[in-house]
Amino acid sequence: MTTTDSGKRDDSELDVVGSRLSTAPQEDTLNVPQLGVIGWARWFWRQLTSMRVALLLLFMLSLAAIPGSLIPQSGQDETRVADFMKRHDTLGPVYEKLGLFHVYSSVWFSAIYILLFVSLIGCIVPRTWQFVGQLRGRPPGAPKRLTRMPAYATWRTDATPEQVREVALKALKRRRFRAHVAGDAVAAEKGYLRETGNLAFHLALIVMLIAFAWGQLYKSEGNKLIVEGDGFSNVLPQYDDFKSGNLFSADDLNPFSFDLKNFRGTYETTGPNKGTPRIFEASVDYAVGADGKAKTTRIEVNKPLEIDDSKVYLVSHGYAPVITVKDGRGKVVFEDAVPLLPLDANVTSTGAIKVMDGYRDGKGKWDQLGIQAFFLPTYGGKDSAVVSQFPALLNPRLNLTPYHGDLRVNAGLPQSVYQLDKSKLKAFRDDKGAQVRENLEIGESMTLPNGAGTVTFDGVKEWAGFQVTQQPGSGWALAGAIAAILGLAGSLFIQRRRVWVRAVAGPDGVTVVEMAGLGRSESAKVPQELGDLAGVIHDEAPTAPDPDPDVDPDPDPDPDSEPPVVTAEGAEK
Amino acid sequence: MTLAAATNENLASISNTLIYSAMAVYTLAFFAYIAEWLFGSRSKVGRTAAALTADPSGKDAAKKTAAPSVTVKSAGGTSVLERPKVVVRAAAGARDVPDGPGAHGGDEQGDLYGRIAVSLTVLAWAVEAAGVLARALSVQRAPWGNMYEFNITFSTVAVGVYLALLALKKDVRWLGLPLITTVLLDLGLAVTVLYTASDQLVPALHSYWLYIHVSTAIFCGAVFYVGAVGTILYLFKDSYESKLASGGRPGRFATSVMERLPAASSLDKFSYRVNAAVFPLWTFTIIAGAIWAGDAWGRYWGWDPKETWSFITWVAYAGYLHARATAGWKGRKAAYIALVAFACWLFNYYGVNIFVSGKHSYAGV
Repeated sequence: MTTTDSGKRDDSELDVVGSRLSTAPQEDTLNVPQLGVIGWARWFWRQLTSMRVALLLLFMLSLAAIPGSLIPQSGQDETRVADFMKRHDTLGPVYEKLGLFHVYSSVWFSAIYILLFVSLIGCIVPRTWQFVGQLRGRPPGAPKRLTRMPAYATWRTDATPEQVREVALKALKRRRFRAHVAGDAVAAEKGYLRETGNLAFHLALIVMLIAFAWGQLYKSEGNKLIVEGDGFSNVLPQYDDFKSGNLFSADDLNPFSFDLKNFRGTYETTGPNKGTPRIFEASVDYAVGADGKAKTTRIEVNKPLEIDDSKVYLVSHGYAPVITVKDGRGKVVFEDAVPLLPLDANVTSTGAIKVMDGYRDGKGKWDQLGIQAFFLPTYGGKDSAVVSQFPALLNPRLNLTPYHGDLRVNAGLPQSVYQLDKSKLKAFRDDKGAQVRENLEIGESMTLPNGAGTVTFDGVKEWAGFQVTQQPGSGWALAGAIAAILGLAGSLFIQRRRVWVRAVAGPDGVTVVEMAGLGRSESAKVPQELGDLAGVIHDEAPTAPDPDPDVDPDPDPDPDSEPPVVTAEGAEK
Repeated sequence: MTLAAATNENLASISNTLIYSAMAVYTLAFFAYIAEWLFGSRSKVGRTAAALTADPSGKDAAKKTAAPSVTVKSAGGTSVLERPKVVVRAAAGARDVPDGPGAHGGDEQGDLYGRIAVSLTVLAWAVEAAGVLARALSVQRAPWGNMYEFNITFSTVAVGVYLALLALKKDVRWLGLPLITTVLLDLGLAVTVLYTASDQLVPALHSYWLYIHVSTAIFCGAVFYVGAVGTILYLFKDSYESKLASGGRPGRFATSVMERLPAASSLDKFSYRVNAAVFPLWTFTIIAGAIWAGDAWGRYWGWDPKETWSFITWVAYAGYLHARATAGWKGRKAAYIALVAFACWLFNYYGVNIFVSGKHSYAGV
């Protein structure tokens, strides 16, 4: 919308009285500064803290956030990133260079939000000082021509100007305006909470950002797989994998321990969503501190166990067949539950059983045993595909493929417990030379060729995967968030407005009352409120008989009458 | 879960019947709104044109005569009571245009059809709400477990917001036609593409935060939608007004439709109020989601696609609110930002569920 020259002139007085109605920064036009470093610095700073640039930065922030939602992010799913790199030979490295696989910690994303927050601080600090000044000062006096204000009312009364001002002051103060008499008029203002809310909101955003950054630096996140009956204590070596922020130290881990008593999972048994998980819960006994008393609790998907500022989440589950291995001499060399990794939603699982020590083959020679395991909690019968048909243990079947030789666990290379390194392993073969593999039901055993021993499938335990996280600063983030909402509500729902009531004796000795209201834009209530106020004051200082036949003096205006909502654009700049 | 499965399936099918019935009644309401607009086109009201072209010497002159003309009498009731009049003065630079009379354009028959349309909308809304309720009872939980349920709840709330504004005596009947049109599209999409048989929730959704987070998300979406309709109409009306003000002559159809809409400034203010009113709630929705994420996934913010897009939506609406208060951005530019922001919301609602896989993928879609 364009403003004509005359419009600007009309508004100049509005500008003067409305200037401090908000502490919003003045919008400068893009003046090219005088030469000189300080000039340029000042110019740059003013640009950075201007609303226009803040808007631009907001835009850039939302634009910059988009790629992270469309391109796989290493922070969320490392494997999908690797997959993407494999599939896109040219695009992959380019994305990598641009930081598109970790958008939210990339240089350019950080640059945008840091600039935005600098701009915010540069805007908020002066506004806060200005607002404090306004709070300590008094509402500005009435402008000369009240008729220029967005809402205006006038009448003539027999009451003296002093009486009118006194009545007005009382009425305004009853409505919780800050009001005072300045010259021939009462000046009043209300709705300071708007600015308070506005400043609180922006301050809260800064608090949230700092809390988030703090959390990123000091956070820790570890995963631990526990089979029913086993336990965990919260020290670094016990974790299967562990990530932490740059400033985290192992001493920051809260001391506690827990045992997994039982895991329970239920699934939809019928309908199109058959197999969809319904309930996951892990019963645990936990103890806080080095030798705290054990307490029993349940950890569910939405209900982590909270100990100090650590939270223990239930994140995954699977099956762990209990296996007994006897060697060539009939001696039990392995007896344990072996957790297997789920491959699909129906918990088809795979893993490996490694017998490293104490095993002798049929001839009594030392050897190592590696057994590849493939597990179906619900086997669908001979005619179905070799994948589980349902996630629960309805018809469990364990497929074992044994190997012997060197497991290479001592080769010094880290090795997955779920996979066999077959480079130094030999398959067992039967008389016909075919590789030995067997499907076992619970309770069944398989005999290894050449008297190399037996492998028994004793039963199935369940395991649960837990994630233990510590994220300091989340309390601050929450406090900031709540403050942000409250501040936002204040700054959007509260109207800051000024009212002036001028009473002067006219040339004929009758007092002329003039009232005017000024609010920020979007204010429909300013004229309405002014009407109400005028009604109240008018009760005490009724209209004087007037030669004008149009005016009908009435000392008792209807208090219920509501003026229609009329909008007024204020002097908001 | 298996207990009383029969009654549950019964309720689910009752719910489906109710939703289809609601669609039928909405269709009737749709035709009634059309009739309102058609009959309204007979009227020859030209308030906007009159206000903007009264003085051929230009806008400035028109404004001067128009500026102090809006006078509000605060007298009411039966007796003639005279309180001081409040004179309202429009800000400089703003067009002083009266609001149009609404779709019926002052035509009696048009108005009748408009009333019929609103009544039908109320009926359809009641039937739809019953359908949503039956769905909720059939699954014995909040009906927001999948996109079908989300969609039917969404349109129920959007129409509910519209009816609530009408009940509050706000002049928003002009919203009727665009709103019902899209509600029909929304429901059509829900029953065909997105339909999911009623079922229990996956464990991740077992939380009271479902009630808090999802209900506010749906409500915010519905209100943002109402705001976006206002914004689009504002853009049309505003270009109509500027065309008139600059001496152009809009086509007959445009004139007929635009003259009946509220003034551009009123539409602009309407959508601003609607958007600004719901923005804190949207903030709350995101924060509630973050708290839930903290309980369910071990981190309160992890840039999951849904989270990212809520954030983008939030930033876009924040940009809109700032633009409204920034010289040079007020008016059309701010309106475009509002539309972009709503587009972000829409993408977050449909696009992220359908095209992007993330932690918010449950039960089919």
